Amino acid sequence: MTALAGASGRDARAFTIEARLLKARKAVLWSVAASAIVLAVMVLAGLGFGAVRISPAVSLSIGLSKLGLPTFAEFTARDDLILSAIRAPRTALGMLAGGALALSGAALQGLFRNPLADPTLIGVSSGAALGAVAVIVLGAPAAALLPTYLQASLLPTAAFCGGLAAIGIVYVIAQHDGGTNIATLLLAGAALTAICGAGIGLFIFLGDDQQIRDINFWMLGSLSGANWKALAPAAALILAGMLGILRFGAALDALSLGEADAHNLGFEPEKLKRWLIVCCALATGAAVSLTGVIGFVGLVTPHVVRMMIGPGHRALLPTSLLLGGALMLAADILSRTVAAPAELPIGIVTAAIGGPFFLWLLVRGRGQGGW
Amino acid sequence: MRRFTRVLIVAHCLGLPLWSMMALAEPAKRVISIGGDITEILFAIGAGDRIVAVDTTSRYPAAALALPNVGYMRQLSAEPILALAPDHIIAVADSGPKEVIAILRQAGVRFTEIPDAPSVEGALAKIRAVAAAADSVEAGAAFASSISARIDAALAAVPQGQAKPRALFLFSVGRGGLMAGGETSSADAMIQLAGGRNIATGFSGYKPFEPEAMLAADPEIIIVTERTMAALGGVEEIRAQPQFAATQAARTGRIVAFDGALLLGFGARLASGIEHLTAAFYPEAARPSGKPE
Repeated sequence: MTALAGASGRDARAFTIEARLLKARKAVLWSVAASAIVLAVMVLAGLGFGAVRISPAVSLSIGLSKLGLPTFAEFTARDDLILSAIRAPRTALGMLAGGALALSGAALQGLFRNPLADPTLIGVSSGAALGAVAVIVLGAPAAALLPTYLQASLLPTAAFCGGLAAIGIVYVIAQHDGGTNIATLLLAGAALTAICGAGIGLFIFLGDDQQIRDINFWMLGSLSGANWKALAPAAALILAGMLGILRFGAALDALSLGEADAHNLGFEPEKLKRWLIVCCALATGAAVSLTGVIGFVGLVTPHVVRMMIGPGHRALLPTSLLLGGALMLAADILSRTVAAPAELPIGIVTAAIGGPFFLWLLVRGRGQGGW
Repeated sequence: MRRFTRVLIVAHCLGLPLWSMMALAEPAKRVISIGGDITEILFAIGAGDRIVAVDTTSRYPAAALALPNVGYMRQLSAEPILALAPDHIIAVADSGPKEVIAILRQAGVRFTEIPDAPSVEGALAKIRAVAAAADSVEAGAAFASSISARIDAALAAVPQGQAKPRALFLFSVGRGGLMAGGETSSADAMIQLAGGRNIATGFSGYKPFEPEAMLAADPEIIIVTERTMAALGGVEEIRAQPQFAATQAARTGRIVAFDGALLLGFGARLASGIEHLTAAFYPEAARPSGKPE
């Protein structure tokens, strides 16, 4: 700024640019704050609603007792168990998984400059599904070799590795002349999804009745398997991936001008592509390994957010993260209550609500053009 | 002396759990039954009125369908089950997921897992185990011996030294192809038990069956589930289909339908299932005692 001092015209222009930047930063803050409030409300609802009625006072007392603080309402061991061993890990998983899918969706749509991109498109989900299905059908002998405390982690680990392997293959295929060809990446993702589909079909053929039902439930997704032991390692991976993606907001904005312009603005598109894909694979791979395949959250959330606050990635990424978590929790509350005491797979809820809602948004926004 | 003290300590340690088990042994009043075969047995031994909820595989007797349903036996979720305030959950082996079972046990609900084996001994053991879990040991023993006697009578009527009928079990899934019960399937066990020979060999479990393989094996009798019979439009429709038309079963019209759970459940209705299957295999020798249960 000091270098420009003296030339009053330039100074005024710099001032307006600065004011604009300030305004943009404020808009980011506002949308993040508003979506954080929505998420907080959904977290409280997720903890508060359930088949067993637990009053807010009791829930609060249980929370306080966990922190070693004095409580004001009596609670039973059963209420404590339900809140701390069932609802809390489930809510945490829903928040993390929804956030990871929506954030990855937003980042991949920006990276591919394609409104249809989402984590399923680049092969992560189908690779994870193939890994999980393989364990469901063939895993019993392998699990018998493992110590008991590792048996439960066999399926999530296989799903995570499957997701990572799929995206790795897609990425390597798309490498050409020292660059990543985005079109090849998308097409290779589609091809790998088809190959994984064939593999899943084969395992369904090999599986017995119960295994086929297990596969079916896994493919429709559920948060009901949430427990702290399984969540801890996955949460670390998801959070690491999320933090990585959030750092690329400005770079994705620059990329929307095209790779050459982004390069001229001082960003390195190749580095961006590589790290963004690694981060998305980590976050969604870890999330899907615990929840199964949950569609539509990753695709729809970023579009909804864009329609509300515009396409700037610095606001879009954190807002998608927070609202994706909120959307997942809302869907989970429905999945738990609609068919109670049974539970509807959450993938059915997200697709049944997300699909029509998305269509409505499309029809409403037809005249405005662009995504 | 020292040895005696040790014996005392050991006895004391053993005694404690015994005492706590006896304290638990007063009959549970709110039972959740997981597994269609478990539900059938509970109703058969007169404990049906104590069931407060069942799972989706419990479809017999009709009273079970009216009860609250906690979902599929392998995808249970803990909170809705705890909300029903059960004092005993009786579940067939393989119910899950394991994490949910662990939480249910942790919540202090009595949980009994019943072993499951597709054989007569397995079914009788299952009946006794369910009865013991439901604190109706005597009713269970009486029911198990009546089942056992009926099975013995049905099997005694099977003529010996005669060629076993070549049988095939089929069921349809949706509008797709037909699935056959191969080796190690419960259908295979039932066919062998009732004195038949299963022609679906070379694969295990239930798999889609190739139409030409069906012609090559030429079944004498085809067994289908009632739902499959309804989906395919009845015996005459099945006989007219090209994949069946050339088989001996289609030519002679020996295509029989049974309720899937009756035939394959290996539970309270095993005797009835065996009686009807032996009668279908050897119509001139065996006679079922009444209509299928």
